[in-house]
Amino acid sequence: MQISVNVNGTDYAAEVEARLLLIHFLRDELRLTGSHWGCDTSNCGACVVWLDDLPVKSCTVLAAMADGHRVRTVEGLERGGTLDPIQRGFAECHGLQCGFCTPGMMLTSRWLLDHNPDPSPAQIREALSGQICRCTGYENIVRSVRWAAEHEAAANAGTTTTDAGADRAAQEPLA
Amino acid sequence: MTAGAGSGHSGAYGPIPRKEDARFIRGKGTFVDDIQRPGMLHGAILRSPFAHARILSVDTVAAQAHPRVKAVITGQTLEAMQLAWMPTLAQDVQAVLATDKVRFQGQEVAFVVAEDRYSARDALELINVEYEPLPPVIDAQKALSPGAPVIRDDLAGRKDNHIFDWDAGDKAATDAAFAAADVVVAQDMLYPRSHPAPLETCGAVADMDTVSGKLTLWSTTQAPHAHRTLYALVAGLPEHKIRIISPDIGGGFGNKVPIYPGYICAVVGSTLTGRPVKWVEDRSENLMSTSFARDYHLHGEIAATREGRILGLRAKVLADHGAFNGAAQPTKYPAGFFHIFTGSYDLQAAHCQVTGVYTNKAPGGVAYSCSFRITEAVYLVERLVDVLARELDMDPAELRMKNLLRPEQFPYTGPTGWQYDSGDYPRALRLAMDIAGYDELRREQAEMRERGEHMGIGLSFFTEGVGAGPREHMDILGLGMADGADLRVLPTGKAVLAISVQTQGQGHETTFAQIVAHELGLSPDDVEVVHGDTDRTPFGLGTYGSRSTPVSGAAAAVVARKVRERARIVASAMLEVAPEDLEWTGERWQVRGDPDQSRALAEIAMAAHSGLRLPDGVEGHLDASVVYNPPNLTYPFGAYICVVGVDPGTGEVEVRRFIAVDDCGVQINPMIVEGQVHRGLADGVGMALMQVIAYDEAGNCLGGSFMDYLLPTSVECPSWELGTTVTPSPHHPIGAKGVGESATVGSPAAVVNAVMDALKPFGVRHADMPLTPANVWSAIHGRSLRTDLAIV
Repeated sequence: MQISVNVNGTDYAAEVEARLLLIHFLRDELRLTGSHWGCDTSNCGACVVWLDDLPVKSCTVLAAMADGHRVRTVEGLERGGTLDPIQRGFAECHGLQCGFCTPGMMLTSRWLLDHNPDPSPAQIREALSGQICRCTGYENIVRSVRWAAEHEAAANAGTTTTDAGADRAAQEPLA
Repeated sequence: MTAGAGSGHSGAYGPIPRKEDARFIRGKGTFVDDIQRPGMLHGAILRSPFAHARILSVDTVAAQAHPRVKAVITGQTLEAMQLAWMPTLAQDVQAVLATDKVRFQGQEVAFVVAEDRYSARDALELINVEYEPLPPVIDAQKALSPGAPVIRDDLAGRKDNHIFDWDAGDKAATDAAFAAADVVVAQDMLYPRSHPAPLETCGAVADMDTVSGKLTLWSTTQAPHAHRTLYALVAGLPEHKIRIISPDIGGGFGNKVPIYPGYICAVVGSTLTGRPVKWVEDRSENLMSTSFARDYHLHGEIAATREGRILGLRAKVLADHGAFNGAAQPTKYPAGFFHIFTGSYDLQAAHCQVTGVYTNKAPGGVAYSCSFRITEAVYLVERLVDVLARELDMDPAELRMKNLLRPEQFPYTGPTGWQYDSGDYPRALRLAMDIAGYDELRREQAEMRERGEHMGIGLSFFTEGVGAGPREHMDILGLGMADGADLRVLPTGKAVLAISVQTQGQGHETTFAQIVAHELGLSPDDVEVVHGDTDRTPFGLGTYGSRSTPVSGAAAAVVARKVRERARIVASAMLEVAPEDLEWTGERWQVRGDPDQSRALAEIAMAAHSGLRLPDGVEGHLDASVVYNPPNLTYPFGAYICVVGVDPGTGEVEVRRFIAVDDCGVQINPMIVEGQVHRGLADGVGMALMQVIAYDEAGNCLGGSFMDYLLPTSVECPSWELGTTVTPSPHHPIGAKGVGESATVGSPAAVVNAVMDALKPFGVRHADMPLTPANVWSAIHGRSLRTDLAIV
């Protein structure tokens, strides 16, 4: 079947099998290999991407279901050569080791900060509880998200418009 | 780049950010499944639904007729190529694709190569295998019963399921210590079967160049060089015509040490089709067929005086190795380093006996951050110490403090032959107790108990021996456990270090650059670390058993020092003084007492490549190579305290606090050390409370997906509270010890001890891991569960 999907701001049209999973469409067809496949059962979250404005586990979404929608992957976090504060936070706070779960963790974290700019550690843990990291024991992931929250708050307080602020303004609030 | 406090000179050590993060945070890592080759095909494996069955026939006609299928490979295909069986790392053999019988659920039966991954899977359903089910052996405790079905009838003369008996220590001395004791307590316990479950499953891309005869194999391996040699030995390929590339690896934890049938099938698939073949297993395949861990049935006894002086230890172990003995450990030690089970205590005598058996379960063993079975050993002794404390009505911290080895006893040779290099155990335990506020916690516990609330406080103290070799005592299939390092210094003073070990997330590109930078007065940014490619790196045994820093890290320091000495000679020619007249400042070679007369490495490197006249016998350039054969293991240690709450109504356990004090000697990058410890602590929570690969009576694996095999998430893990002490290793060139497995080894016992402490008012002395709500509730009601079997 024919689908057209906007991924990270670029429109793609493709002929796909109806059963093709979104994760395989992104990885194998578009060669956007930053999103990973980890479990098949929606438990690990290595495959988390945004479908329109919601994080989804792309191992249990069909590519066909993304037809006519927007997808945002880890490759779309960086804007105009500027890293998202979430990306910087993960590097600053050693929020990753092997890097396999990291894209999914960052995309959920970005969503969290868009809806709760000042989350408590408990709220961060709750938001990430549907995802598995086998390397960090989660503590440094929590610190990474807090780092991003604090730096975004400082940037927003200090200047008129920042990349992070512009990003957030451009995204529709969750219904 | 900022540098933290070093241990002496130039100061490249410290918590600097990791070099590898730049690609990972952008989604630009290259994992095996990210590899694309022109014309690449995809492989999939047909697996056995039965735990034990005879194969009567395999019909592949329909699969071969699938329009997108390029090859169907069965045990018969491989038999003709003499590849149906492969040696395991434990001197057994394992079926690549089954020929006679299947021996565990999930065993590899056929391999399909197709144009795309979905078609390969489709074709699996077109293969018709006729099985004759046989009675399975699932209960390790019954594997040696007379009349038990013989699993390994492929081995000539095999009449039972016995693999080995092995013992260590002094039995007579131990018997004497027990005879003289006031108190002897015994406890049976199970360290249940578990799985490392790295988030990236195992996989490979095989590309056989039929013209040059060279095989390039991208694979998820923690030991690329050892794998290359094994492929050469197994497949008869010339070793120099094999290139193993281990790209970014999405976690290993031991799971990626062995060679799996899928890798060999991918190679055969590429050989037969002349095209590259990718094979990546799914999660169920990973959990059901690749190397499991633990599965030790432990009987422990501890002897002590009435005052709480521990005299001796005994252990009798039944080790379930599954259908093929695929354990990965030094050859001499069939039970790994389990005989370090005397732990951190000063006692007179100890003896252990381990019996290995076959069952109709997945093969493997050892794997999972266990330091070659020290995890099981630490769990045994730390549970026994707590059981003894209960018996003596003594505080478990006081009992430990009374028996810990004292700093002046190091180097210490234990009753089973290990020589511990260095340690200050009481200091670590005191620090953990201070961080925890131990006395206050005990008071709080007493008050809560009066209110009917159940808080538990659990301790564990561990010592590991990590960093195998020495090569004369430790080998894998005859390959001595020593590792090479090559260091090239380019004319502009930038350096390229090539190492044999393979990171799976430990940050080698950063820490190994720090080691070299520290020795040569460079910035870590000036040092590029090359790893994971057998064509570009020196031979070595790879990363597992926390051996990267103890062995390869030592090699990196030694080769850098060798370069530094070469630089000294060149600098002496530049400054026209004798080499002995130069001193190393930490950053430069300087004429003694004359700071104006000095040369940094970059200047020396350019001169070493120039027309500068050098003393006779000096070759020029600064490059050097070494092989490091460690004189001993390194012995990291730590003190852990866990605080839990237990709801007796539901049996639910909440980990409220976890305090961990680790001592891994000199720390190259404390940020990375902390991250390593965090990971292992999560393992401890998972292992103690959630993780188990159990089987039902028919041999069905009950942990075959993440819906059934539960791993800790961010909500089960507390915010870890860490402390650190530094006791350098006296024999390691930079005083470092391994740390990658420390917390996985040390933490499960602390969690279990905490839960048992909480359950003290109910008279529960022991229940086996995982302490699920059902298991805890049952223990409270007087009938704890057998967690390895789905049989009540």
